[in-house]
Amino acid sequence: MQEYFRNIWQGLSTVLTGMKITFKHLFVPAVTIQYPDVKVPLPERVRNRLYVNMDDCIGCDQCARVCPVNCITIETVKSVPGEDLGKTSNGKKKALWVTQFEIDIAKCCYCQLCVFPCPTECIYMTDVYEFSELERENLNFNFVTLSKEEILQKKENYAKLEAEKAAQKAAAAKPAVANPEQKPTDN
Amino acid sequence: MIFEFFADLLGSQILSAIIIAALPLVFIILYVLLANWLERKVSAHMQDRLGPMRVGWHGWLQPIADMIKILQKEDIVAKDADRKLFSAAPVLVFVGCYAAFAAIPFSSAFVGADLELGLLYILAVSSIVVAGILMAGWASNNKYALIGAVRSAAQIISYEIPTVFIILCIIIVSGTLNLTTLSEQQSGTFLNWYILGGDVEGWKKFALIPFMFIGFIVMYISSVAESNRTPFDLPEAESELVAGYHTEYSGMKFAMYLFAEYANMFVVSALVVAMFLGGYQSPFGYVGDLINVPWLIPIEQFFWFTVKGLFFVFVQMWLRWTLPRLRVDQLMALCWKYLIPIAFVNLLIISFLMIL
Ligand code: SF4
Ligand code: SF4
Repeated sequence: MQEYFRNIWQGLSTVLTGMKITFKHLFVPAVTIQYPDVKVPLPERVRNRLYVNMDDCIGCDQCARVCPVNCITIETVKSVPGEDLGKTSNGKKKALWVTQFEIDIAKCCYCQLCVFPCPTECIYMTDVYEFSELERENLNFNFVTLSKEEILQKKENYAKLEAEKAAQKAAAAKPAVANPEQKPTDN
Repeated sequence: MIFEFFADLLGSQILSAIIIAALPLVFIILYVLLANWLERKVSAHMQDRLGPMRVGWHGWLQPIADMIKILQKEDIVAKDADRKLFSAAPVLVFVGCYAAFAAIPFSSAFVGADLELGLLYILAVSSIVVAGILMAGWASNNKYALIGAVRSAAQIISYEIPTVFIILCIIIVSGTLNLTTLSEQQSGTFLNWYILGGDVEGWKKFALIPFMFIGFIVMYISSVAESNRTPFDLPEAESELVAGYHTEYSGMKFAMYLFAEYANMFVVSALVVAMFLGGYQSPFGYVGDLINVPWLIPIEQFFWFTVKGLFFVFVQMWLRWTLPRLRVDQLMALCWKYLIPIAFVNLLIISFLMIL
C-alpha cells in the first residue's frame, strides 16, 4: 500500500519536475543561428574554395603535380624574347604564359597540399564556401586572365619562334650533317 | 441566443442552423492553424530552438503554407486497401471531433446545441473517433496501421472509464448534465468554480476541494490519453509504428487526421474547463457589467472560454515535449491500477460528502 502511494507521488512529482525544466527552457535564448542571415565567423585557416592570383603565378606547375586528385590542369607557353611578362610580387621573373589554369573544385578534397609548394604564394584558400551550382561543369573554375585571342597569339608566337629556331638549326646543321648522311649508303 | 439572432436576421431557421453549424468549423480551422504554429514554437523553444521563422513574423504563416502544400499533394490509396473504408475513416474521425463542438458552450450566447445531456453527448460522439481509427487501421491493410488502431481502441476505451467516474462526481455535485447550466452554476468569481468546491454551501465546500482537485487531475490525464497525445501517443508512436493508424494516408486525408487531433485536444480541454474551471465564466466578473454594456458579456465569455481552453491545449503540448511515451503495459497499469481506483474512491467520497 505504501508502495502504491509512493508510486503515485513519485509519478506526479517527477512529471512536475520535468515540466519545470521544460518551462524554464521556454525562456532560454535559442541556440539556433539563422544561417543565411547570420553566419558563424569562420575559424582562421579554414579550407574552402581555392583562388589563384594569376598576376603572381609563374606557371611552374608544382601545384598541379602535388595535387592528390589531379584537379588542377595547367598549360603553359614559353614567351618569346622581347616579351616582358613582368615580375611577381616577390620579385620572381615570369617566363611562361599560362594559357590554361583550371581547378575542378568538384574533385578537390580541400587538402591544401597545392598551397604549400607554390613559390610565389599565389594559390590560396579563401573563405568562400557558398558556391553550389546546378551543373557540375560550372564547378570547373578557370583562372586564366588571357583572352582566347591572346592565347592563340602567344601560341603562334612561340610556334613561329620554334620554327625559326628549327630553321636556323637546320641551316647550321646542314653542312655537318650532309656527310654522315651519305655514309650509310656505303655499307 | 445566437440561433434566434440569425433566425431573426435571415428569416429562415434552416439557414440559421447551417450558419450555427459552420461557425465551429471556422473556429476549428482558425484554432488548428494557431495550435499548429504554437505546437511548433513551443516544442522548438522548449528545446532551445527557434522553430519556423521564415514565413511571416516568427513563422506564423507556416501552417497556412503547409495547408496549401498539403492540398496539392497526391491522394494515394494503397492497392490492397479497402477503398471505401479507407476514404470514409478520416471523415468519420473528423466528424466525431466536430460533432462534439456542437455541445460545447463557448459563451452564454453561443452554444451550438444546448443539450440537456451535453456531457453524455460529448462522451458518446467522441467514441465515434474510435470507430474511425479502427476503420483506418483495418482498411489500410498494413500491420503498423492495424497495431496502432487496436492500441488506440484499447486506450480510448480504457480511459473512458475514469473520465466517466469523474463526470459522475461532477454530476453528483452539480445535479446537471447540461454544460451551459454547469457553467452558469459556476458564475461569479473563480471561488465558485467546481475545482474549488463550486457553489456548495458551508464546510462541505472546503471538504470538497481536495477531491475536486484529484478529480481534475485524473480527468485531465485521461482526457490527454483520449486525444492520443504524448505521453499516450501509442497509436501513432512514430518510433515504433511509422505513424500508426494513419501510416497509409496522404494529402487531404492526412490533414483531416491532423485537424481531428487538434480539434480533439480542444474538445477535451473544453470539457475540463466546463466541468472544473468555470466554463465560459470570467474569473473576476465582467467589464460589460461594470460599464453596463450587456452585449459585451457574451464576447468576454467567449474570450475567457477560448483562453482557458487554449491554456489547457498548451499544457498538453507542454506535457508532450516533457514526457517520453509510455509502454503499453504502463499505459494499461496507469489506467486500471491507478486512475480507475482513484476515480472510484473519489466518486464514493464525493457522493458521501454530498449526502451528508
Ligand atoms: S586542395 Fe588538395 S585536392 Fe584541392 S586542388 Fe589543392 S592539392 Fe588538389
Ligand atoms: S605553384 Fe603557384 S606559381 Fe606554380 S603554377 Fe601553381 S599557382 Fe602558379
